[in-house]
Amino acid sequence: MNADLAGLSFSPLGDRALLLELGGDAGAATVKQIRAIAAFLSEQSLAGVLDLVPSLNTLGIHYDPEAWRDANGKQSPYEQLLQKIQDALTGLASLELADGDLYEVPVCYDDEYGEDLVSLARTKSLPVEQVIEIHCAPVYTVYMLGFAPGFVYLGQLDDRLVTPRRDTPRASVPAGSVAVANEYTGIYPAQLPGGWHIVGRTPLQLFDLSQDRPLLFGAGDRIRFVPISAGRFRELEGARQ
Amino acid sequence: MSLEVLRAGVLTTVQDLGRYRMQHVGVPVSGAMDPYSLRVANRLVGNEEGAAALEITLAGPQLEFHADALVAMCGGDLSPTIRGKTVPMRRPVRISRGNRLDFGECVQGCRAYLAIAGGIDVPQVLGSRSTYVRAALGGLKGRALKSGDRLVTGHTERPRFARLNDCTTFARDGFAAPHWSIQVNPERFLRRPQEIRFVAGSHWESLSAVARDMFTGETFQLGSASDRMGFRLEGSRLEGSERGTVASAAVAFGTIQLPPDGSPIVLMADRQTIGGYPRIGEVASVDLCLLAQLKPGDKLQFRRISLPEAQRLLQTQEKALAKIGETILMRIYQ
Repeated sequence: MNADLAGLSFSPLGDRALLLELGGDAGAATVKQIRAIAAFLSEQSLAGVLDLVPSLNTLGIHYDPEAWRDANGKQSPYEQLLQKIQDALTGLASLELADGDLYEVPVCYDDEYGEDLVSLARTKSLPVEQVIEIHCAPVYTVYMLGFAPGFVYLGQLDDRLVTPRRDTPRASVPAGSVAVANEYTGIYPAQLPGGWHIVGRTPLQLFDLSQDRPLLFGAGDRIRFVPISAGRFRELEGARQ
Repeated sequence: MSLEVLRAGVLTTVQDLGRYRMQHVGVPVSGAMDPYSLRVANRLVGNEEGAAALEITLAGPQLEFHADALVAMCGGDLSPTIRGKTVPMRRPVRISRGNRLDFGECVQGCRAYLAIAGGIDVPQVLGSRSTYVRAALGGLKGRALKSGDRLVTGHTERPRFARLNDCTTFARDGFAAPHWSIQVNPERFLRRPQEIRFVAGSHWESLSAVARDMFTGETFQLGSASDRMGFRLEGSRLEGSERGTVASAAVAFGTIQLPPDGSPIVLMADRQTIGGYPRIGEVASVDLCLLAQLKPGDKLQFRRISLPEAQRLLQTQEKALAKIGETILMRIYQ
């Protein structure tokens, strides 16, 4: 292999999917490598592959085993596809990947939208203003999407804000809520149950089937949160309708 | 052809074989819980095997046909009748206009699939007609059917099994069906506890030997909180591995997760695309149709098989399905 794929391993995920895993931590560098491999394998148009699902340090590859039916029955579809993927990856020259598009996401951090902001600040022994400042300082990368259509996991969250999920999840979190849990911050694309700490809300719609591009963000895109007032929030929200 | 929902049943949704190529953005696959039955039902009416059909759960609907229609039902037996007469399953049935197909007690299985010639014509959303209620995607307005709903079917190039209209029963009973039917693993279908085969998952080996023996040795019961997203297994609690959660990774139809409380959850059609609980195994795809037909309270046992074995079984099932398809085609056009 040309690219450094040390620590790469494969394992079955049942009889219709497999997992590719990179060793090491699930940090920004690993996430980017997984994305590079996903992009590369996507271009290879491997027979029977239905979905490539990147997460932090793994790539789920869903496939139709019927596409790999072996006439003499010596090799299972899994073994054949695995061989094909390993062969293809020898052609992967580099794990370097251009940065994704950069988006500015307006967020209102006022109490009425960031329900957990005050309690989070208290837990972290920080003034609320500083929590906001820390949260909107970095350029985040969309690490993966999951949990619900369009739910983005963004990293890397500043260490000072890292906190476990709420003990009791809420039955309903409003659409657009910007929240933190563990090493991530995320945005709820719709009204959903959820256990993350809500720090604010964006008027943007992350998943909208009426649009040509129903999903606003994809894995690898970069996001910067821009604080807005409640008045501005309502203005933007109104403009949407 | 159109039909009207007079009574919706507990959970009746439009489903096809699912919404692929969108999992990377978090959109669940959905689709039929028992894809095998959906495929056979579609073939029986001459549809593409992945055409949209109705998935009917536990207590069924009452449907009025506004024109002559060709239908087929496979999967769970929810006592379908027309004018009080039992309508046979696993074969094509012509229904004459104005008649009501009424589902009653669930006497076997849990989910019936009703395919209609031409398929159910709802818009494709992100490549599929399957209903995903949680995000209001696909199907009829993204939701389960309600009374008063009207469904329209797609066009068929020429009527299939039209000769059934000439049967004496067609006018008398409101429907007619041939004497033959398709046999689908009846002996395995009826077994209780239901044996479900699985292949070891990423975290199987990190379970203690005791927990592994428990999982394959004990009888579980399908929990009442089970739904299209996941089946909760009640019974002995398995001692978890050291870590309660693992790095989030892709999951599949049939992934068996072990949350910290020790009660396994099998991920079903409406599963999330990624999950953060240890994955102790995956149900063999050939047995998903058996699992999907269990109802809360039903007993099941797990038996481990190897991955090559699971894929061989799947290949055998696909060959059998292709053969069923050929047989039906011969009968359609003979």
